[in-house]
Amino acid sequence: MWEEELWNKTLKAALVIQNWYRRYRARLRARQHYALAIFQSVEYADEQGQMQLSDFFSFMLENYAKTPKEDSALVSRLFENTMRENRDRQEYVGLIDVPDSYDGPRLQFPLTFTDIDLLLHAFKQQQTLHAHYVIEVLFEARKVLKQMPNFTHIKTSPSKEITICGDLHGKLDDLLLIFYKNGLPSENNPYVFNGDFVDRGNNSMEILMILLVSFLVYPTDLHLNRGNHEDFMMNLRYGFTKEILHKYKLHGRKILQILEEVYTWLPIGTIIDNEILVIHGGISESTDLNTLHKIQRNKMRSVLMPPMSINREYDVNIKKNKTGSSIATPGKAESDNFPSEQLTKHEWEQIIDLLWSDPRGRKGCYPNTSRGGGCYFGPDVTSKILNKNQLKMLIRSHECKPDGYEICHDGKVITVFSASNYYEEGSNRGAYIRLSYGSTPKFFQYQVTSTSCLSPLHQRVNTMEFNAFRILKERMLSRKTDLTNAFQLRDYSRSGRISLAQWAFSMESILGLNLPWRSLSSHLVNIDHDGNVDYMSSFEDVHIEKPVKEMKSSLIETLYRYRSDLKIIFNVIDTDHSGLISMDEFRTMWKLFNTHYNVHIDDSQIDELASIMDFNKDGSIDFNEFLKAFYVVHKYEKPESRPDQDKQKLPPASLKTADPKLQS
Amino acid sequence: MAEEKEREEVIVAEYHKKIKDAFEVFDHETNNTVDVREIGTIIRSLGCCPTEGELHDFIAEVEEEEPTGYIRYEKFLPVMTKALLERKYRPIAEDVLLRAFEVLDPAKRGILTKEELVKYMTEEGEPFSQEEMEEMLSAAIDPESNAINYRDYITMMVIDEN
Repeated sequence: MWEEELWNKTLKAALVIQNWYRRYRARLRARQHYALAIFQSVEYADEQGQMQLSDFFSFMLENYAKTPKEDSALVSRLFENTMRENRDRQEYVGLIDVPDSYDGPRLQFPLTFTDIDLLLHAFKQQQTLHAHYVIEVLFEARKVLKQMPNFTHIKTSPSKEITICGDLHGKLDDLLLIFYKNGLPSENNPYVFNGDFVDRGNNSMEILMILLVSFLVYPTDLHLNRGNHEDFMMNLRYGFTKEILHKYKLHGRKILQILEEVYTWLPIGTIIDNEILVIHGGISESTDLNTLHKIQRNKMRSVLMPPMSINREYDVNIKKNKTGSSIATPGKAESDNFPSEQLTKHEWEQIIDLLWSDPRGRKGCYPNTSRGGGCYFGPDVTSKILNKNQLKMLIRSHECKPDGYEICHDGKVITVFSASNYYEEGSNRGAYIRLSYGSTPKFFQYQVTSTSCLSPLHQRVNTMEFNAFRILKERMLSRKTDLTNAFQLRDYSRSGRISLAQWAFSMESILGLNLPWRSLSSHLVNIDHDGNVDYMSSFEDVHIEKPVKEMKSSLIETLYRYRSDLKIIFNVIDTDHSGLISMDEFRTMWKLFNTHYNVHIDDSQIDELASIMDFNKDGSIDFNEFLKAFYVVHKYEKPESRPDQDKQKLPPASLKTADPKLQS
Repeated sequence: MAEEKEREEVIVAEYHKKIKDAFEVFDHETNNTVDVREIGTIIRSLGCCPTEGELHDFIAEVEEEEPTGYIRYEKFLPVMTKALLERKYRPIAEDVLLRAFEVLDPAKRGILTKEELVKYMTEEGEPFSQEEMEEMLSAAIDPESNAINYRDYITMMVIDEN
């Protein structure tokens, strides 16, 4: 009897612990998912910002006729389809010497598999490839890529399986892990790398070099597809440009120039065994492979540079109609006035759709509002396009998946993503696919762990959550004025509090991020016993660092909010990559920006801004330095623990460090 | 009376929103369904604490007649709302958890060895899967003593929750 009682007690005790643990673990997983949702929606919103920028460039060109003569020189310089003057190889390579003291890898042309080994070995030891070799590789790659068709046709056999990898985004460890697990590329071990080799991670250059060298050694067995990040303008925003200029201080600009062109020669996709289409993003209802086969793909410079007709009456709004077929305004022939160096509108959109679209469960084809480019395509669109082209399956990448891959649309669409821990350590696995004709695809998953042991789940979730909320708070800060207005609109009694429902609604409509606001609220804002939200409490522990005391906070907020866009605009204006633009260029650009982005900054503020930025008082502006000065200070954080933001400070005078009141 | 009813409607509306938010985070295809294996996580993220048995019953209620492996939002919402309104599946209090550990540690050492913990968790009650066991061990076990100091562990879990 006594024994039974004891057994009973033990059973109950075990149940309690298990029950508690399961709940704890589920809560951790839910928090992990929320953090991921935050990262993802912010990432996509950023991509949407790209499209707004693209509209701005169109707008600039549109208003070309209306700007005074000096400005028109600027604008035409921006858009002249820069001469593919056959950049003489000798001109570049010949001028760069490799010093004897260089102890990094030395490539031998023509390249062989020894060079692949050499690079892998060197990069594992964190060496950097000398600019001389980088440029040689780029020139060689351009030469070979030029001869390839838009879509490479591949045949497999049971003894020759092919491996397909997705986004790598500069994560060298993942590529090395794939080669370790799956073998190096060779005639018997072919690979397809499905775009987005660069940006975000720290080793975009190393990955690009390994892939291009491997391609040059095995051009019929190593296949590269262009992704939406193989685009010089995306690189400006997402880190590759910065990586290049940092690693190659002397020759970085030359590298960027050639790289821009190499991207345009990357094939758009591969077709395996005439059954499987492999492209980076997805498809749309109007995807037309016949057109795509014939397009001159190298004319697609950037997602931010849509073709513009020289016909002034061209209606920019046509571009905004993204559903189904592109419709021309009645009476205007679409391809009429396009200079021959550009793609037609229709052609350009075909490529954008392929590089930017995402599959979704809902039927039909809708504009991809998260990213601002390409579309969402449903299972019916997949069936239609696959059937039309006698294909069986679509393999794509472009989206991070927790397990590294995902199958949808009844098995007809596979997403493969190869950058593990993409958002954070532990955020997701990476994967690759091996397939051959007649057999089902095989999936291989992995996760790179740092040299220290993988920390326990709760620590990883804490870190991920911490960073996700940090990013979210910074976003809120960049829209502080609009948010405050929205909150106050609902605060009839001027009490400083509104209901949770009202708060959630305001957040969603102003920030445009589809997130579970109620569940996230406790991390973002103070809530009292009655469930009401003290809406200004979010801003108590963050502020934007003021580079100059006298600047108005609304101006600061605007600059902070658009700093990525401004960085890109400035870099585009700075065609000689000198890092400086003239005061006149600055003023012109700003005026146009003002109008298009509907930002209210008057002329006097612009002049004030210009004089602040002209540090040397010589009429030129070092905009990068200026933009770096805008960063968010989190009150309760030690400066060393701040993740990599551009935290360089302004020269002389107005130096301000982070808030000295630090909590331990 | 009318006011009370209105108040209840407001509460239900808020619950609906909360449930929708939690559901959507796991709705990867954005087609108003989630994988049935995520249901436990969703319910628990909403503050409920069902046992595995209770979870099983819940799933049976929201599944399709012919189980597809997916749960639809339309079926999930009413059952989940009811659970929240009735305050079903209340979480266990911290002190109850402490006493449970103490039952398994009659000698009052303040710790359980790794072997003991594994034995209890994988053989008694609603046994852990291997994955669950490994995960708990990675966070709970002190590698030097190969044992779990359960007071510390409870404290850590509680802090994480808040």
